[in-house]
Amino acid sequence: MMRHNISVLLENEAGALSRVSGLFSARGYNIESLTVAPTEDPSMSRMTIVTRGSEEVIEQIVKQLNKLIEVVKVLDLNEGAHIERELMLVKVKAEGEWREELKRMSDIFRGRIIDVADSTYTIELTGNGTKLDAFLEALDPSVILETVRTGACGIGRGERVLKV
Amino acid sequence: MELSGAEITVRCLQEEGVEFAFGYPGGAVLYIYDEIFKQNKVKHVLVRHEQAAVHAADGYARATGRVGVALVTSGPGATNAVTGIATAYMDSIPMVIISGQVPTAAIGLDAFQEVDMVGITRPCVKHNFLVKDVKDIAPTLKKAFHIAATGRPGPVVVDIPKDVTIHTAKFDYPKSVSLRSYSPVTKGHPMQIKKAVKLLLSAKRPFVYTGGGVILSEASNALIKLIKQLGVPCTSTLMGLGGYPESDRQHLGMLGMHGTYEANMAMQHCDVLLAVGARFDDRVIGNTEHFKQEKRQIIHIDIDPSSISKRVKVDVPIVGDVGQVLGEMLKQLQASKDKGEQAALKAWWAQIELWRSKNCLNYDRTSKIIKPQFVIEKLYEVTKGDAYVTSDVGQHQMWAAQYYKFDKPRRWINSGGLGTMGFGLPSAMGVKMAFPKANVACITGEASIQMCIQELSTCKQYHLPIKVLTLNNRYMGMVRQWQQFFHGNRYSESYMDALPDFVKLAEAYGHVGIRIEKPSDVEGAIKEAFKLKDKLVFMDFLTDQTENVYPMVPGGKGLSEMILAEDL
Repeated sequence: MMRHNISVLLENEAGALSRVSGLFSARGYNIESLTVAPTEDPSMSRMTIVTRGSEEVIEQIVKQLNKLIEVVKVLDLNEGAHIERELMLVKVKAEGEWREELKRMSDIFRGRIIDVADSTYTIELTGNGTKLDAFLEALDPSVILETVRTGACGIGRGERVLKV
Repeated sequence: MELSGAEITVRCLQEEGVEFAFGYPGGAVLYIYDEIFKQNKVKHVLVRHEQAAVHAADGYARATGRVGVALVTSGPGATNAVTGIATAYMDSIPMVIISGQVPTAAIGLDAFQEVDMVGITRPCVKHNFLVKDVKDIAPTLKKAFHIAATGRPGPVVVDIPKDVTIHTAKFDYPKSVSLRSYSPVTKGHPMQIKKAVKLLLSAKRPFVYTGGGVILSEASNALIKLIKQLGVPCTSTLMGLGGYPESDRQHLGMLGMHGTYEANMAMQHCDVLLAVGARFDDRVIGNTEHFKQEKRQIIHIDIDPSSISKRVKVDVPIVGDVGQVLGEMLKQLQASKDKGEQAALKAWWAQIELWRSKNCLNYDRTSKIIKPQFVIEKLYEVTKGDAYVTSDVGQHQMWAAQYYKFDKPRRWINSGGLGTMGFGLPSAMGVKMAFPKANVACITGEASIQMCIQELSTCKQYHLPIKVLTLNNRYMGMVRQWQQFFHGNRYSESYMDALPDFVKLAEAYGHVGIRIEKPSDVEGAIKEAFKLKDKLVFMDFLTDQTENVYPMVPGGKGLSEMILAEDL
């Protein structure tokens, strides 16, 4: 069960997202995360799906995605070198000695404190999923008030380009 | 001049050369129906239930190869159509279904007769559209017809809100469509084709397995030439019957769960398998692990890449139009000096003849009770194998597939993938509308026919002299067979008490009904029925209640693990 990062260019039309998510649920494929937003060409969206499956299942996922009429292009980023990033916002209890400690921790992970209140910080952190996991691991669970993650997006390294 | 959305819709159908729209009116499509009323190019066929509208359009599409069209209203009209749409989807039938929708402003407010048609049909259409602007009707319908008919065909739903049918716009039907996200591959990869030809010529036990793709791509002639050139045995799936003439010696009959002994054994034991427009589904291959136990090289031609290596890993995948690829292969074979492994092929045929000598479709022809197989054989003889035969789903469907030898494509019309009871009669209406002079028979059972029996009324209205052959064994036969084999003879809810008197029922609808109780009356009744050229004749054959369909590959078993009639 390999983890795959699949990038999809699709028409930016109402309902396109539900076609993709419907496909995954109807065929029993798992979705670890799914992100989508319009591209520099507003008529098109780019979606990143992180999924797990055997070689055969991943092959089927790519084929089934390609079969959707609104899907323009599909690329399994894992077929080559690629970079993956995810954004996380963490709201932490920042009181007393923790205020300094959390600032230090955020710096170590190259996070940024983007909101400060009397008793809380909100830390912004980007990286691949494991780095974000590691940051949460490193924190004392009692200080974490809330976390929100975007899910991964990815891009090929070097001259590998996904474009129409 | 600007036209209303409703008029544009009808004009689009005219532009597409649509002969028939099968449908049922309702609130959301009143304006469209008003435009239907004002013209006579597109003939509307009023069914009695929306499911039948879609099946009728489906039958029309399967028999003609053209896009079938159905028209239904919003809400219940739309949901009734869903079974028909899913049926067409599973068998890759080109269709456009236009559904009415509540006015745009009412969408999402739980309006009267509102249902999210695009949402409901999403998993069972090739594509669907909600048209929100009158200007989009023409381009959307153009796209819908294009998508439905090209690549791997399938049903396309176009949902049109009522207000959009009232608004006006200039009508300009696009000449062509281009979609950056949709351009099906049609030409097979030359290197792959070369590889396939080489592999076929090196085969010692070659076998060709053909499916519905041969019919859909009109590839029958290319297939026949290729198989004749190679001198190899072949088989067809339920959907592929008629793609290669079944009466020819090189055809081993249908394969699969109720396939012939020889076809299933050849499938299991071949060393090179050429799969043409077929998809290795569970009713064909049975247990894939068992299938894999025998080593064989597989060449798979299909226009849909996702059909390749889905259930069974393939060695030479060829994505492309079946007809084009077969034609290319044939060219290369004819040019090749290599004549293949002739000695090995001879031995392979000897083995096949041995399997064939089991005569697995034999049954008791001396029975005092009507054997269902006998009815199909007689139908085959009386119609000289040249009828259009539709069927419902169950034992009668399998017997029809086994005992009616289809020699031409598009003659055998049944719901293979979804297995929809109720399909037979309405699809026969579609066929009869398309070919009024042809013999059209609907083979059904007393359970299936009741799922769309109201269409006898439609048949009366449009003078559709279909011959209905009901193999009446007073059981849901296939359910009963499984219960006998796998559930200790506990016939749970598979028996219907209080069946109607079908003869009187047929007469009540204005047709002719005949009940046949003796084997000696079977042939005469069928002949009589076909002589009544302008009458729908409902033949109610009281058949053997205990008859089973053999051979049978039980669920989860391998192809060579068949139960044969002689085993019991």
